[in-house]
Amino acid sequence: MPDREPQNQQRPPLGGSSLATRLASIGLVILVAATAFTYVNGTLDPQRLTPAQIVNQLEKSNGSFPGYRRNHPKGICVTGYFDSNGAAALLSNAQVFSSGRTSVIGRLALPTGNPYSPDSAVPIRSFAVQFTQANGQQWRSGMNSMPVFPVASPQAFVDLLAATSPDPKTGKVDPAKPPAFFAAHPETQAFLTWVKTATPSGSFVTETYNSINAFVLVSSNGNRQAVRWSLVPEAGIHSAADVSAGPDYLQKDLEQNIAKGPQRWNLILTLANPGEPTNDATKEWSGPHKTVNAGALVVNADIPQLQGACRDINYDPLVLPNGIESSDDPLLAARSAAYAVSYLRRTSEVGQLTTAPGLEKQP
Amino acid sequence: MVIAMLFIGAGIVASVSERHEWLLSLHKPLGIAILLLVVIRLLVRLTTQTPPLPSNLPYWQILAAKASHYLLYALMFAMPLIGWAMISAAGDPVMLSHSMQLPSILAADAETFSFLRKAHGYLAYLFFLTILAHLAAALFHAWIRRDDVMQSMLHGKDRR
Repeated sequence: MPDREPQNQQRPPLGGSSLATRLASIGLVILVAATAFTYVNGTLDPQRLTPAQIVNQLEKSNGSFPGYRRNHPKGICVTGYFDSNGAAALLSNAQVFSSGRTSVIGRLALPTGNPYSPDSAVPIRSFAVQFTQANGQQWRSGMNSMPVFPVASPQAFVDLLAATSPDPKTGKVDPAKPPAFFAAHPETQAFLTWVKTATPSGSFVTETYNSINAFVLVSSNGNRQAVRWSLVPEAGIHSAADVSAGPDYLQKDLEQNIAKGPQRWNLILTLANPGEPTNDATKEWSGPHKTVNAGALVVNADIPQLQGACRDINYDPLVLPNGIESSDDPLLAARSAAYAVSYLRRTSEVGQLTTAPGLEKQP
Repeated sequence: MVIAMLFIGAGIVASVSERHEWLLSLHKPLGIAILLLVVIRLLVRLTTQTPPLPSNLPYWQILAAKASHYLLYALMFAMPLIGWAMISAAGDPVMLSHSMQLPSILAADAETFSFLRKAHGYLAYLFFLTILAHLAAALFHAWIRRDDVMQSMLHGKDRR
């Protein structure tokens, strides 16, 4: 440090114009810093899609149901375990794939935006699973019974919601909007073709649930293998809905099935062929693919979601253990970001859930 | 580092792209690093003398200088702890990298999570505003008062 003269005495006051320039310079420095911050947090960048905008659009499309998930709000908690057979341990060093048992908290749900939807409202069912490894790391996966997602990007998802939601003034969907959206988004064809033939099933336990998004398995020697996974039921084939059991027939069916005995699914990993794209959830991986049966997921108890352990779990698809990583699919980061917003909003409203009369019944 | 964290945090809540994932993976280990550094810094601060403020500084400015320092230290210490606690309260594993995991410091609880998560956000704004005020005051000392304060901030105590 250079030697300096003592400078304790006050310097002579600055002249008027000099003072003004220096004050303005300080103001400018502060303004630049504040502007940079407001740009980064999105305030000055209205074109950018934010996680909050995705959830706002869901709330706009679905209506407001405080305390519930902003998507797939109707569901049932289940618990059980995953028995790994060790077959996937060569592909991934995640503890869940070494031979042995991992405990599981899951949630079977209806992919609508309303916790009071009748189970026949959509032909899709979803299964979210949290595996808690003995070492404390977790793997969370939200799976759906459809083979592909309608769109490939977060922006297209928001546009799809906007095009298919009722106009707040008329209460009806503008009939021109959905066809216009689907025409502008040819990637939706695979989903539309599937959904035309799909019928609402009468049971959660006969459904196959697909990760849809791709992930990357990392082995102990660093090999990386892109995969998608599915839970394939051991229970019999798809049954038609028993509509006489009322709008909540899936829950009744699940209770009856679990009362008879544990329900089992096999966790099937589908390995991407070399060079296969992993960033497009609208496309099935067609043609021959190597698959690995990693073990059996067993569900042996169910409990209503407001009393169950699944209620306060954010099934963020990017909560992954060492040995499973996200892929370049842009939907994954968007799901993670939007789920975090939904989770904060609904955890701020849990008081309204427990004080609401009739809990699961629509007022 | 702290300023980078505030910007990273603001970026996390405003992006849906891979950037979100990347920023989050930076945010957590950096937060813990700051927590460790701030503990060291507090020890240093408590065991050494701070350079005196100019003797002719008005009383309210002395008060503001002291208060803003306490606030900066409190926030540097509290922000990483609140972040750690809120991840714990969400029931999420506290992962600093693909394999490095810290223990949870709170039991999972939805309402606790929501309180801590909001506090983390609001306090980040308070932190940023305090840093801006600190910066403005430092420049005021350097450019308007032209006293020794900026020199002592940048180069440590002036021993003659």
